[in-house]
Amino acid sequence: MHETASRTSPSFAPTSWMSVKAPLTRLVFHGDRTARAAAEAGFPIASADEVCRARVDGDRASLWLGPDERLLLAPADQDAARIAAAIAAALGAVPHAIVDVSHRQIGLEIRGPQATQILNGACPLDLDLSQFPVGMCTRTALAKADIVLWRQQPDRFHVEVWRSFAPYVVALLNEIARDYE
Amino acid sequence: MMRIPCIVCGLRDENEFTCGGTSHLVRPAIDASDRDWAEYLFFRDNPKGLHHERWRHTQGCGQWFNLVRHTLTHEILTVYAMTESPPR
Ligand SMILES: [Zn+2]
Repeated sequence: MHETASRTSPSFAPTSWMSVKAPLTRLVFHGDRTARAAAEAGFPIASADEVCRARVDGDRASLWLGPDERLLLAPADQDAARIAAAIAAALGAVPHAIVDVSHRQIGLEIRGPQATQILNGACPLDLDLSQFPVGMCTRTALAKADIVLWRQQPDRFHVEVWRSFAPYVVALLNEIARDYE
Repeated sequence: MMRIPCIVCGLRDENEFTCGGTSHLVRPAIDASDRDWAEYLFFRDNPKGLHHERWRHTQGCGQWFNLVRHTLTHEILTVYAMTESPPR
């Protein structure tokens, strides 16, 4: 029996446009087309192949990060080791990598009519709906921090940020948002 | 600031990328002369005009690719895969 570290999210004062999301199970999966297809038996959306798009299946999501890289998300009560074992079992000898990054990142929700302006204060992506539609996701830069940006609704974004960068990102977004108060 | 068309993701700002220098340098044989090794390791043409170079979409999809850039205007004429030979 192994011990599991308790999973908590750091607390930042919520605002009308930002909150910290509940802890998640997160796995980074690397594999070629063969591996991604085989992984479906362990995580049914692991092979979602559309560039810069997230696929959602119930309470799970598969975010395209690169041609061979997916970020798999599930509620925190779905054990990362169990999901990883299911994928590994489905893959057998097919070369691949699965890394549990549940604790490396936290999720932020950025929402509301000002969401795109606030994000664009530190991120140069064109967030017009025609260029960055609902369902699009990408790794990108928010000022100096590496983030994964995922548009879940026209005015609601999910931001994955590395835990140690979160205070910086939150402070920066709060600073930008002062322009829109 | 340049905008660079990633071969996978499309147009993104330069700050998401890492430049990997000149493309298509051919590594000399292990017993090549010191002069040839020095040429390979340290000397570059630095043209005023078209330059073939490697870029990586580091803060994006992570892929390496080649592009042809005009060093005077920064215009990017074409983008092609690491496995492709330079377009003529
Ligand atoms: Zn890319």
